[in-house]
Amino acid sequence: MRTRKGARAGQYAALLCYLVFLAFPFLWLISTAFKPARELASLHPTWIPHDPTLANFRQAFDEQPLVRAALNSLTAALGASLIAVVIATPMAYVIARHRTPLAKAATGWVVVSQAFPFVLVIIPLFLVLKNLRLIDSMTGLIMVYVVWALPFALWMLVGYVRAVPTELEEAAAVDGAGRVRTLVSVTAPLLAPGIVATALFAFISAWNEFFFALVLLKTPEKQTLPVVLTHFIGAEGVADLGPLAAAAFLATLPSLVVFALIQKRITGGMLAGAVKS
Amino acid sequence: MTLTAGAERSARGTPRATGREGGPVDHGAWFLVLPALIPILVLSVGPLLYGIGLAFTDSQSGRTAPTRWVGTLNFQDLLHDTLFWESFRIGLVWAVGVTVPQFLLALGLALLLSQDLRLRWLARALAIVPWAMPEVVVGIMWRLVYNPDAGILNETLRDLGLGDGRDWLSGLSTALPAVVVVGVWAGMPQTTVALLAGLQNTPRELHEAAAMDGAGAWRRFLTVTWPALRPVALAITALNFIWNFNSFALVYVLTNGGPGGRTRLPMLFAYEEAFRYGQFGYAAAMGCVMVAVISVILALRLVATLRGGDDT
Repeated sequence: MRTRKGARAGQYAALLCYLVFLAFPFLWLISTAFKPARELASLHPTWIPHDPTLANFRQAFDEQPLVRAALNSLTAALGASLIAVVIATPMAYVIARHRTPLAKAATGWVVVSQAFPFVLVIIPLFLVLKNLRLIDSMTGLIMVYVVWALPFALWMLVGYVRAVPTELEEAAAVDGAGRVRTLVSVTAPLLAPGIVATALFAFISAWNEFFFALVLLKTPEKQTLPVVLTHFIGAEGVADLGPLAAAAFLATLPSLVVFALIQKRITGGMLAGAVKS
Repeated sequence: MTLTAGAERSARGTPRATGREGGPVDHGAWFLVLPALIPILVLSVGPLLYGIGLAFTDSQSGRTAPTRWVGTLNFQDLLHDTLFWESFRIGLVWAVGVTVPQFLLALGLALLLSQDLRLRWLARALAIVPWAMPEVVVGIMWRLVYNPDAGILNETLRDLGLGDGRDWLSGLSTALPAVVVVGVWAGMPQTTVALLAGLQNTPRELHEAAAMDGAGAWRRFLTVTWPALRPVALAITALNFIWNFNSFALVYVLTNGGPGGRTRLPMLFAYEEAFRYGQFGYAAAMGCVMVAVISVILALRLVATLRGGDDT
């Protein structure tokens, strides 16, 4: 019995370590965001700001076009996630329900596409988009994001489709419903929560994405939030800590909220895709 | 009514040996696939092949003369590019240095979270934070932690009497370890969630049976938990290795490859070559080498796994 108690105590100690490790950078970000300049210059920083202030947030908005950047991010993320889900769902359905060479090829592509360094794809894409005059445009970025989101969208959706029993579709077919009708009235409603989760995951991924946006968007007015955030860090790596922290904190909030809402579904979907393929 | 009953039954355990699978493709299937297939071919597979082709050309940005086929010239140059191989070495050190602790820490956390502990919900909630954050913000956040004067790390070390602190991200010897810690922090939650989900696959009855037989925690882990967890663990480790080797944003924000190239991951190197110096062909060749080496490493790993799998 004593060893059991000891084990319990050990488990709680370990859990505490994890909690500290996970939380402390984020708490420090929040603390820094609310500190006045005087306290940030102090050589002995404290966890809790003595004089909490919103000045950093005001200054952040003054220094960089954060609102416009957030709107750009929103456009890219909404556009990409909607298009990705609309075109991925039918394909995921076919992959999940038919064992065709195409389904195999698509699955192979999903796996392989995870292994490629983006640089090998972005150079030719850059040249192609340049010829189409889509460099430095939201359309070009959304196109890239759609293709970038497709592998994991397919992966998740295939899992969700497999969770819909084929018997339901067959029953509808026996009742005389055509293929499209079966899909729309039987399969789609059961898939809806999974589709929403996939779309939200694609949204967050695009909202957070940095590399493609960095390469493709040159004009400051068109840049997305992650790219604009890096402007707070000067060329020499010197940063105005307060506004930097404030802007970074704000940029995280939307994804945190969305993620908190759908976290369970995402993990469920990923696992379904992983275990059943 | 039968519909809802069937839906509640869900996928688990329903046999799907129906006529559809393995059957001929009907024409509707093509119609359903095309909307995704065309963008995949045009914007993913096509550029990839084009990119491999570019590696054999002298393609440069802003060049007026037409691009020429130069054969394996770029690869020959790469062979002698000591800076590239240095960045490659750093990339491997970084990928292993992040992937291994990430896995071990995630495994520990997943095992803890599958126990009946208080505060479990808090750990689960916190584990979301690094996963949902933009990598750029993770980088910025840790710059604040590592800041030589205003950062919490040095202040804590001073409080504990462990020296006067230092500029972690600018130190030649500390930069790479400091960046690795951030990589571990950023990727651990996702791995934890995957492993946690994998743990749910372990049969509870087996666990209880093993406990009845008097097996200790460690034995139960080895004989019951690990065999069930292994497929998920291997998959997530392989993916993590690849993702880490190819990562960019985190280190770009933390150090931008500095100091003196000590944290210049291959992706940072290739990015600079392509988009600062405009050497598209050369950078594409780098991408090809990265893919080739990763494939070889993973293939070896796979072979080892298959061999190991024979005994069990």
